[in-house]
Amino acid sequence: MTRITLSRAINEGLRRSLENNPKVMIMGEDVGKLGGVFRVTDGLQKDFGEHRVVDTPLAESGIVGTAIGLALRGYRPVCEIQFDGFVYPATDQIISQLAKMRYRSQGHITLPVVIRIPFGGGIGAVEHHSESPEVIFAHTAGLRVVACADPADAFAMIQLAIASDDPVIFFEPKRRYWEKAEVDMAAPLSEALPLDKARTVHPGNDVTLLSYGPLVRTCLEAAVAASEDGRSVEVINLRSLSPLDVATITESVARTGRCVIAHEAPVYAGLGAEIAARVTEECFYSLEAPVLRVGGFAIPYPAARMEDHYLPDLDRILDAVDRAFAY
Amino acid sequence: MTIETIQLLTPEGERVEHPDYPLQDVDIKGMYRDMVLVRRFDTEAVALQRQGELGLWASLLGQEAAQVGSARALSPRDMVFPSYREHGVAWCRGLDPLRLIEMFRGVNNGAWDPEEHKFHLYTIVIGDQTLHATGYAMGVQRDASEDEAVIAYFGDGATSQGDVSEAFGWASVFHAPVVFYCQNNQFAISAPPERQSTVPIYQRASGFGFPGIRVDGNDVLACYAVTQRAMRAAREGEGPTLIEAFTYRMGAHTTTDDATRYRLASELEAWRLRDPIERVRAYLARTREADAAFFEQVDTEADELAAKLRAACLALPDPAPLSLFDHVYAGESAILDAERAQYAAYLAGFDEEEGAQR
Repeated sequence: MTRITLSRAINEGLRRSLENNPKVMIMGEDVGKLGGVFRVTDGLQKDFGEHRVVDTPLAESGIVGTAIGLALRGYRPVCEIQFDGFVYPATDQIISQLAKMRYRSQGHITLPVVIRIPFGGGIGAVEHHSESPEVIFAHTAGLRVVACADPADAFAMIQLAIASDDPVIFFEPKRRYWEKAEVDMAAPLSEALPLDKARTVHPGNDVTLLSYGPLVRTCLEAAVAASEDGRSVEVINLRSLSPLDVATITESVARTGRCVIAHEAPVYAGLGAEIAARVTEECFYSLEAPVLRVGGFAIPYPAARMEDHYLPDLDRILDAVDRAFAY
Repeated sequence: MTIETIQLLTPEGERVEHPDYPLQDVDIKGMYRDMVLVRRFDTEAVALQRQGELGLWASLLGQEAAQVGSARALSPRDMVFPSYREHGVAWCRGLDPLRLIEMFRGVNNGAWDPEEHKFHLYTIVIGDQTLHATGYAMGVQRDASEDEAVIAYFGDGATSQGDVSEAFGWASVFHAPVVFYCQNNQFAISAPPERQSTVPIYQRASGFGFPGIRVDGNDVLACYAVTQRAMRAAREGEGPTLIEAFTYRMGAHTTTDDATRYRLASELEAWRLRDPIERVRAYLARTREADAAFFEQVDTEADELAAKLRAACLALPDPAPLSLFDHVYAGESAILDAERAQYAAYLAGFDEEEGAQR
């Protein structure tokens, strides 16, 4: 076991993938010499060369569009989009090309492209640096959309994403980049939890609390706080946002009878809405309360001095848990 | 800046020499045949659409030389990234025209294997494929493969797209072995090239740091020679070239378009005098490289191709409903599996009802 940051865990996962498969490439703005603005790719260009760790021109559509071309040629590009709010110039290539090419070619084309996106707020950033656009991609068939939450998760998930033959949008919780945890780097990848499976990170009996990315840790804190009130909270880290691991969710809610979903993205038409609908359909007779959601408001991401009001924190998540017991 | 247009065969069918583009061992009769066959099946496809058998067709009428000339200059290993009107290029790559018909009939979205003929799927979103071509060329570079290069086809309208500018920039800074082949057919649906750019398209390459050339796009020999030279340069590590094939879309944008709303009949008539096929026919006849029997045989072959294509089109079965769910992912998706199972059960319900009624 090694105690490392989430940023370092991804770096180590990328390094393993580069070592194990000569077709793996890293490309993006400032990923080479600088090591990325979050240093996630630190040292990789030095060790693997400029042909495999490519400092690209400043053009997000170009990054994804050329990654598609490289994948058509047999490469496995891992693209870095510097910040969540900068992915939109690439969405045409992601949605119209990357997601659909396998389908329209009836399986002739395989595009093993990973797009890494640091996402979410809480770092006091200027506009366009704190967004949570995951539902745009979760709503696009043909993509796998995942979010890592902690170093151990990140280390395995980035390697699984690169090994996947499907395009993967890989969200990284940027405000958790510097948080440390133990990672078993010797554990074989074949034993890792598959990319499309959710993980129960805190068992409980009274309410199921679902989240992903940066709020998983907040939900764990909520579980501890709620236990002081005698409430047993089960926390599930969804990990895969598309496809959703519905079986793990419904198994839990059928037991607990209550379900709360927390994400930074706006509640309106967010992933929580999809989960709420499925839980209602499949656990209707087990539910003690309506499925509740806690998340961002239906506003553009606010200026930094107001983001604490926008982001669901421990108290707002606990408030939602309380409400789930009010029925 | 003066505009030079490379031409090796005049509209009257006279050969002209150009010092940079000597022609050797060119199969002019073969290219004539290609153009006649392609025009014939294109005409048949328009008719099939008019009769309700295709949802849409984008006719290449007038662009036969630009496509056949450039495509015949490629080696079998070169990779092609087409737009959606490249039926002549598809033909030269050996793709069965029925694959194109399937797509425009709506049986599939163009489901051929791109590697089989080194001919990527048609790309409908304007200009997207120029980045795919550039990325593919970067892969060729990484494979240190010296006998292959990449060509991207697009139109005059596409030059306004950001992706095309990005592709030019990337190809230039990475010195990628890719040729950008712009068929300037004078129309982006209704908009003329003047609405896309105030400078001639080929001159825009200089701002990106690579050569641009304008070629008479209705001259199959010039298109062949210019493309051959640019592809050779790309293979030899000299980086990208932009070719502007100056041609004319004699048909409408697609079968849903009405070109009479935005162009004069006199303009079309003027371009008919520069027809890409007629000038080759005139050349072959005058030089006696081909006789009446040859022309007759090609026409017969073209009619046979069209008849065969029509019959094959009409015989295309509609896909099985549950194939809807195929090939979305390489791996598993529990969400998709559940939807497939639900829809299969729903469809099976109708079978039971029908059975009960019988």
